[in-house]
Amino acid sequence: MGVPSLAERSTHQKKAVQILLQQIDKSFGDKTVLKNLNLEIESGEFVVIVGKSGSGKSTLLRLVAGLEEPTSGQITFNDQSIKDSKLSATMMYQDSRLLPWKTVINNVGLGLKGDWKEKAEKTLDLVGLYSFKDQWPSTLSGGQQQRVALARALVHKPSLLLLDEPLSALDALTRMDMQNLIEKLWLNQGFTALLVTHDVREAVKLADRIILIEDGDITLNIKNTVKRPRDFSDVMLAQMEKKILEKIMES
Amino acid sequence: MNKKMVLKIIPWIIPIGTILIWQLIASNEWISTRLVPAPFTVLTSFYQLVMSGELFYHMEMSLTRALIGLLIGGGIGFILGIANGLSKFSYLFTDTSLQMIRNIPNLALMPLVIIWFGIDEGAKIFLVAIGVMFPIYINTLHGIKNIDAGFIEMGKMYGLKGWALFKEILLPGALPSIFVGLRYALGIMWITLIVAETIATSRGVGYLAMTAQQFMQSDIILITIILYAVFGKVADLIAQWGERKALRWHKSYIK
Repeated sequence: MGVPSLAERSTHQKKAVQILLQQIDKSFGDKTVLKNLNLEIESGEFVVIVGKSGSGKSTLLRLVAGLEEPTSGQITFNDQSIKDSKLSATMMYQDSRLLPWKTVINNVGLGLKGDWKEKAEKTLDLVGLYSFKDQWPSTLSGGQQQRVALARALVHKPSLLLLDEPLSALDALTRMDMQNLIEKLWLNQGFTALLVTHDVREAVKLADRIILIEDGDITLNIKNTVKRPRDFSDVMLAQMEKKILEKIMES
Repeated sequence: MNKKMVLKIIPWIIPIGTILIWQLIASNEWISTRLVPAPFTVLTSFYQLVMSGELFYHMEMSLTRALIGLLIGGGIGFILGIANGLSKFSYLFTDTSLQMIRNIPNLALMPLVIIWFGIDEGAKIFLVAIGVMFPIYINTLHGIKNIDAGFIEMGKMYGLKGWALFKEILLPGALPSIFVGLRYALGIMWITLIVAETIATSRGVGYLAMTAQQFMQSDIILITIILYAVFGKVADLIAQWGERKALRWHKSYIK
């Protein structure tokens, strides 16, 4: 089975969203976090934002999520303001944020209306946890909890999936599993994905484009056209990883 | 005899021994039976109180007072706790005043309450209600305030707001803390009731104890004390049962 190109993906998935950030400034009190930032994300694209902690990468994600307002500048989804666009964005966090008082299936169905059970069960099956549907979240491992959180985000058929370091608390093997799962589901469902991470290797593996943020501004913007599924023995990937790491280290 | 049997018997040596010594003291009249009635006399009086229906007549009254007081006081405490947990204005407006009133022992209000309400039901229910209100208020407030802000943000992201947000996230998140408040309130409820029922009454377990005192019926006084102990234990068991049901998801209850 051939992997669809970006152009193909965005046409077969009309729902995905194109995001435009123009001259974004964001400050908290006296502290400026983002300075005059411009970024365009294509519909269906997988963009990964890397940067040291405190660089403003998470703030950028929260702005796109609509959880924070920019101090100045504007963000548009398919040329509409965030509030006007009826597009659904969902988010995965560093911690799973599963409600401990709801069973796995009820967590996945959170916020769904009408006949949601079947949809939730199908999505849970996609992440391979159907048989855990009636368990309490606290009985699952960290990796399983993040899978449930992924199902909860996907059941809404989002046009944009925001990922705020969702894999950073997992062990290396589970993380690789999750990266493959996220990539697979993104390829199948064709939403636009925006991932924040400090793991450059993860960025190189998943991204169509890698953005490096330093001191509130974009200092690298690299296209990654290596074919999927990607293998770390690929020389191009290794070079890209090295280039990004060097740029991070020099500052 | 095997070890298991011995281990089962050991905890009961002191209680049973006490009753035996008690019976010995009473039947030899080493201490006047008017002060310390024999265990057997207590049992007989208990049987008579049950058969005449007198015991249930008084118990019914006490339970009614306790429950009405708990519902009113607990209800107000719960609503205030929720309101102050959710609204900063409501918190600023009422919390300082509530904390001032909380520091008055509710039984210190008794003389005033008798002037206000007289000696009828209102006075007793008022005292119980005031007593149970604060533990429930404080623990509900604490429960709401301690919900992980991440859950609320996540809930909003997934479209929950208003009543849905309250029902799915705020209330279940606060529930463990509310149950702590409830169990604490039950203790205060009985203490308040015991004292409140000693002010002029014509019905209730406290009344039974007061009249028994006037007639030197120490057996009946002992029965009322045991009754209060049983009431307290049963109430706590019911609360625990409710807690186990409602908090099945909680780490401490998952088997």
